Amino acid sequence: MRVALFATCVNDALLPSTAIATVRLLERLGVDVDFPPAQSCCGQPQYNSGYPRACEPLVRRTVRAFAGYEHVVAPSGSCVAMVRDAHPRIAARAGGRLPAAVAELTPRVYELAEFLTDVLGVEDVGAWFPHRVTYHPSCHGLRLLGLGDRPLRLLRAVRGLELLELPEAEECCGFGGTFAVKNPAVSAAMAADKTANALATGAEVLCGGDNSCLLHLGGTLRRQGARLRPLHLAEILASTEAAPWRAAP
Amino acid sequence: MSGTFLGMPAFPPGVSPGTTFPQAAARAVRDERLRANLRRATRTIRDKRARAVAELSDWAGLRAAAKAVKDRTLSRLDHHLVRLERQVTAAGGTVHWAADAAEANRIVAALVRAAGAREVVKVKSMATQEIGLNEALAEAGIHAYETDLAELIVQLGDDRPSHLLVPAIHRNRGEIREIFARRMADWGRPAPDGLTDAPAELAEAARLHLREKFLRAEVAVSGANFMIAETGTLVVVESEGNGRMCLTLPRTLISVVGIEKVLPTWQDLEVFLQLLPRSATAERMNPYTSLWTGTHADGPGGDGPEEFHLVLLDNGRTDALADRVGRQTLRCIRCSACLNVCPVYERAGGHAYGSVYPGPIGAVLTPQLRGTDSPLDASLPYASTLCGACYEVCPVAIDIPEVLVHLRERVAGQRGHRLERAAMAAATYVLDRPALLRAAERAAARTRRLHPRRLPGPGRAWTDTRDLPAVPAEPFRDWWRRNRG
Repeated sequence: MRVALFATCVNDALLPSTAIATVRLLERLGVDVDFPPAQSCCGQPQYNSGYPRACEPLVRRTVRAFAGYEHVVAPSGSCVAMVRDAHPRIAARAGGRLPAAVAELTPRVYELAEFLTDVLGVEDVGAWFPHRVTYHPSCHGLRLLGLGDRPLRLLRAVRGLELLELPEAEECCGFGGTFAVKNPAVSAAMAADKTANALATGAEVLCGGDNSCLLHLGGTLRRQGARLRPLHLAEILASTEAAPWRAAP
Repeated sequence: MSGTFLGMPAFPPGVSPGTTFPQAAARAVRDERLRANLRRATRTIRDKRARAVAELSDWAGLRAAAKAVKDRTLSRLDHHLVRLERQVTAAGGTVHWAADAAEANRIVAALVRAAGAREVVKVKSMATQEIGLNEALAEAGIHAYETDLAELIVQLGDDRPSHLLVPAIHRNRGEIREIFARRMADWGRPAPDGLTDAPAELAEAARLHLREKFLRAEVAVSGANFMIAETGTLVVVESEGNGRMCLTLPRTLISVVGIEKVLPTWQDLEVFLQLLPRSATAERMNPYTSLWTGTHADGPGGDGPEEFHLVLLDNGRTDALADRVGRQTLRCIRCSACLNVCPVYERAGGHAYGSVYPGPIGAVLTPQLRGTDSPLDASLPYASTLCGACYEVCPVAIDIPEVLVHLRERVAGQRGHRLERAAMAAATYVLDRPALLRAAERAAARTRRLHPRRLPGPGRAWTDTRDLPAVPAEPFRDWWRRNRG
């Protein structure tokens, strides 16, 4: 099975460890992974800020980069939701051949947890991660993609992992893209409540499926001096006894 | 679009058209008591609503039906309104058309004067708050008495509502007791001596205070939740019985209703009478549902008061209707489920939205009704993380995040966004050129030891409460090229 990794720009530039973990995890599961270098950003910052025209080149680029792959997998619920929900809207406004090209691409694009459970049909991916973990379901994966308990099913099957329930899990962490800087007071108040809930679980690791949310929560936790570590689901699932998770240098 | 005057002369303290949502929200976030009141109240209603909705196996179907009925009605709004007017008139009522707040207020004041009255009792109504009717009547020498318990608390406290359904949600029992004890005597029957903050005692004080107003009033003013075009019937749903008093006791009734409240038939109403109480108060059915048609004085089939006037209000609604994306906002039935699940509303409070319509629905409705010219109104579409909790609970399936992003596009096209527009265009320029992107990523990686943890200027909005992310030694692109390329 030939699968294209849609690394996403945040992971490419700031958290390559998540994209590397996704590659190793998929390869371990027998998937032939490719990284089409023409890929870039899904255009979400521009779109959500009210500049849909600025996304148009990135929609075209995404369509071109992933042409010909059976499946496209991204370790980000938010970016996949952007492709599924907003790319058709942007394409419809652009007209021409773009709407058809986008409609052809979107059914092939999967969020990582979704790809594992629905396409590969696995829940136990053979991972080992001997730590206490709590999971924050980011909003776009939860509500736009309807991921449901897929990430939790994957985590429950990880050997050594103790899964602790996050109180008020389905409440937004307060990141919201530019919201974090346009409404910093409310954003910080939401992050404070989310991190307090996460810390109350006694977990060592705060797991999520979107690194943008985790950067916001991680930055908050570091500023608080808390020892709770944010970590993407892919990095936990990639961890095995033979090659256990290690912090990036 | 030119701003329509919404008639809100008294903004909450510290909020004005010149201030922005983030400024007001930043103050509210620091108010520990406000946050505790809001947190307790919204979470209670939120959980009760979820249970009430879960009882119905066909909720998704009802929601889809409500959306379809509203969309179908809005697509031929003119037709349904003319039919409504014909039926109300045939049943003995009089229909007035108001293009904006000022016209609606003039019509109501003239009708009250013509009835020879100097005071009116009011049923809780968002439309009359939207147009600032109480203030306009006061200028005309007419006292308007709010009779909904929470609206009474707000009125006696010289306060502003902060929630569609629970306008005094920002007040706790102790504060309410204090307001009653201090202010009731100025408005009529004083609060009983030794009033405590027990809910039953507070409710009894309000009942006694309001009872003399119900019995004395010659004129009542209401809004309506629905208007049924096929028979000219108006519908008010409420919980306290104060509405029933206002709608049946006074000789004259004046109802001010937004034009989007019309439904073609009684069959359509059936859908909404199931959705609204469960979404709003988490009740299977609300305690009081009042329906009336025209007047009972003349006309066949009429069963309303002796004199009935319907003021149909536009006040920006036809502008919203003309907008392809924005028009779905007019489906709103003012249930406030979106407020109760919104994490931003819970922390910012209702006053920060500077409108009688707070929360997610306010963030999309107010800029459409008032325009986006003022700093306040231009900031409202950004008062959301786009988390989608509002859309999930909306009983008429308004895609609030979609409308927010659409309104951001409108605001981004206005003055004052040149820098942001240039930044977004620059980001796309780099992101659309992989070689340039890789060079930028590498430059960031090489200088990573020099990156500060805190930024000056606008960057402080991030680094005041959060560390900046550390930049990795190499971007993923380079790892791929080295290991798999």
